[in-house]
Amino acid sequence: MKTYDKIIFELSKEGRQGYSLPKNEYKKNSLNALPKELMREKPAELPEVSELDVVRHFTNLSSKNFGVDTGFYPLGSCTMKYNPKINEELCVLPEFTSLHPLQDEESVQGALELYWNLQNMLSEIAGLEEFTLNPYAGAHGELTGLMVMKKYHESRGDKKRTKVIVPDSAHGTNPASAMVAGLEVVEVKSKPNGSIDVEDLKPLLDDTVAGIMMTNPNTLGMFETEINDIAKLVHDAGGLLYYDGANLNPLLGKVRPGDMGFDIMHINLHKTFSTPHGGGGPGSGPVGVAAHLVKHLPNPRVVKDENGKFHIEASDDSLGSISTFLGNFGVMIRAYAYILSLGKENIKNVGPLATLNANYIKESLKDDYLLPIEGVCKHEFVFDGLKDKSTEVTTLNVAKRLLDYGFHAPTIYFPLLFHESMMIEPTETESKDTLDEFIDVMHKIAKEAKETPEVVKEAPNNTIVRKLDETTAAKNPILTFKALKESQQ
Amino acid sequence: MSHKFMPHSDKEIKEMLDVIGVASIDDLYSDVPEEVMFTREYNIPSAMSEIELRKHFKELAEKNKSLTIFAGGGAYDHYSPSVIPHILSRSEFYTAYTPYQPEISQGTLQYIFEYQSMITELTGLEATNASMYDGATAAAEAMFMMVASAKKKNRVLISATVGEKIRKVVETYTRFHGIELTVIPEKDGATDLDSLYAELEKGDVAGALLPTPNKYGIIEDFKGVSDKIHEKKAYFAIYADPSSLAVLKTPAQWGADVACGDGQTLGMPLTFGGPYLGFISCNKSMIRKIPGRIVGATTDADGKRAFVLTLQAREQHIRREKATSNICSNQSLMALYATIYVSLLGDKGLKEVNELACDGAHYLYDRLIESKKFHAVYNKPFLKEFVVSSDLDMKKVNEYLLKNGIMGPLLLEDGKVEFAVTEKRSKEEIDRLVKLMLEA
Repeated sequence: MKTYDKIIFELSKEGRQGYSLPKNEYKKNSLNALPKELMREKPAELPEVSELDVVRHFTNLSSKNFGVDTGFYPLGSCTMKYNPKINEELCVLPEFTSLHPLQDEESVQGALELYWNLQNMLSEIAGLEEFTLNPYAGAHGELTGLMVMKKYHESRGDKKRTKVIVPDSAHGTNPASAMVAGLEVVEVKSKPNGSIDVEDLKPLLDDTVAGIMMTNPNTLGMFETEINDIAKLVHDAGGLLYYDGANLNPLLGKVRPGDMGFDIMHINLHKTFSTPHGGGGPGSGPVGVAAHLVKHLPNPRVVKDENGKFHIEASDDSLGSISTFLGNFGVMIRAYAYILSLGKENIKNVGPLATLNANYIKESLKDDYLLPIEGVCKHEFVFDGLKDKSTEVTTLNVAKRLLDYGFHAPTIYFPLLFHESMMIEPTETESKDTLDEFIDVMHKIAKEAKETPEVVKEAPNNTIVRKLDETTAAKNPILTFKALKESQQ
Repeated sequence: MSHKFMPHSDKEIKEMLDVIGVASIDDLYSDVPEEVMFTREYNIPSAMSEIELRKHFKELAEKNKSLTIFAGGGAYDHYSPSVIPHILSRSEFYTAYTPYQPEISQGTLQYIFEYQSMITELTGLEATNASMYDGATAAAEAMFMMVASAKKKNRVLISATVGEKIRKVVETYTRFHGIELTVIPEKDGATDLDSLYAELEKGDVAGALLPTPNKYGIIEDFKGVSDKIHEKKAYFAIYADPSSLAVLKTPAQWGADVACGDGQTLGMPLTFGGPYLGFISCNKSMIRKIPGRIVGATTDADGKRAFVLTLQAREQHIRREKATSNICSNQSLMALYATIYVSLLGDKGLKEVNELACDGAHYLYDRLIESKKFHAVYNKPFLKEFVVSSDLDMKKVNEYLLKNGIMGPLLLEDGKVEFAVTEKRSKEEIDRLVKLMLEA
């Protein structure tokens, strides 16, 4: 139903209903007994629709979406791997979904065991001492990690460490998280190959530095080969190293952040550990720390006593709470099932195969697309647009043309180091056949750019909607159905 | 190396390595310093087949107990229509990324637009963002919004009647961010408005966050509050339960500038604390200070109606450290949950849910008081959650209830306990609860 274009409010018919509730046995009418001045006067204008109206409406909406199950999603830095179906089956077991977060510990031992097992598996995979699974998302994990960093320095009475060093190639969340955590951002430059410029870093490292945030491999998909020197320099200056786990996938089985000297990190369970992105969430951003920082992890924490019983604890040394309860537990269930599905025998192949896939695409396309940095990449790499700049076909044009061919677009115009950045990350779950199809289409678009550039520039041409007027949308924001109706009058 | 999630045959790996021009996959890691290479196997369990995995999960599940729930404290056991999980399991929704490519993400964008429309309708304000992590982080970000809007003022107020777990998160966020937070004390189970006004008099307050229903389930009366706050050029935020807003006076009617809260009450399963969602609504004048994603309506090149992420100039991927927030996602799938829930129930269904819960709660309250073992504490109106004091050893009572498959009330200080009743509790279940408590 590509032509379906109704908003749920437009289906509304007075008197229709889509629910059934038990008959009221109380004969109390206690709502009416509440003081009038505390009650709503005008009813909310909500849709009145039947159950089938609802089912068809949302099923039709789903057909206007592209997911990993629809097709290849080479979105750089987002690790759009396959979301295993068994995870979806296990996360809706009623013995988990019915649990109230404040139930007696005795009645939630299975849930706590899962939480505890997962935090330990992540600690082993990351090479760190302990994890909290409470943060709700990657950015939330970053914020939590930076709070650990700040709390650590403050607990030692070292209050002048207020700066965080962030590479100019970093994800935008890094500086934004530092700002929210009340830290000042200092930018360190990248060398032409995208790695941190150690010479530029050295003079920044004084006693006002709380730490550095790094992504390794960096946002260009390149491994920071000077990581040992950087770790030593930062530690010698009294700072801590924060690892942005957005790019952890290629390191599975090969390198552990803790072994590179990182003190704090977050993991995106929705990237590396296969939980679905859900159209923007819910995700989960567990934070792991080295031994000397464990006491600063957020409350509450799950611990195991000597009798094998699990408990929920809070401590005064903690940075405080960052979530109402224990985080997105439903997401943890999926990540836990994923790790067990792979086990130690297979998880070690995740990083290598993700890296193999990325290098294969890179080498297959670099004759048509400008590769600014030579050498082996890890899980992703960046092209600086088409090699032939004379066609004036931009990265945005190529991205939109890919949609016409049934692929999702890569991440575009990030990192900011190049004008026409096109960041491609295939993940290990894609077969060579899929990669070959993608490579063929990318070559075809490069050819079109030369021969029929107008077709590429006008793309997308066969999607459900075409190029959108984003300028008017931002200038005169229409954010609700009511506002939309008013704008049409 | 083949596994069901990794489709590479040895032959294919060889072909790919040839194209790359290296001899082995290990060569792709030749740039990694040897000292940091991980050379052993992870100390984690061996791979499980689906059969083994299901068995393992069954074992874990058996260590949990599904209970008949009579407590709330920020998470409520509401009815969840069968339709919702069916739609949520459509992988076009759950395997999609954030809708950065609007041409192939109209499904996500439209339901977020519908979600924004519904929450805005419930709060009575003018705009709502695409959702936040939970109610507590939404409350914290509401504080940031008020400070950013009230120029040069760096102090915010929070009522002691905001749920403790929410307040703790707000406390953490403001402390780290460098915003001064003052707790307004409670009086007879509600915000002490005289203390609030005294703090406002100091002239340095950016905003105040007050709850209704509050942590005791009491519906607070904010008559005159918004005038007092606005007189002092400060902002007024209300922490609300969106489900209750079908019947209770809206934040807009109270004169609030911002509304926030947790969307779990819109039928979301308890799932041991998450995922839920947080919401933030505000008036148009504050829209450029709101954190996170927002979806707007627009048209495409052919003039067709369409939806798109908008006002992105506030966000981290553009503004970096100058962004309004570091949030770069939303609880999208839970926003879909809320949208389907509100679509199915509509205004009439939400009213019925509130009626059933309110009647059930008052029925239980009356039975408890009648028993003479429980006593009234606050003589204030409540909806579905309330506090009483008890002569019984409630710790013991709760243990007995647990043995009988019931989650009893939350234990507060000084022998006070807090019950919650939703539309899922029948009269029979309530009678049984009372009987068990008295015989414990």
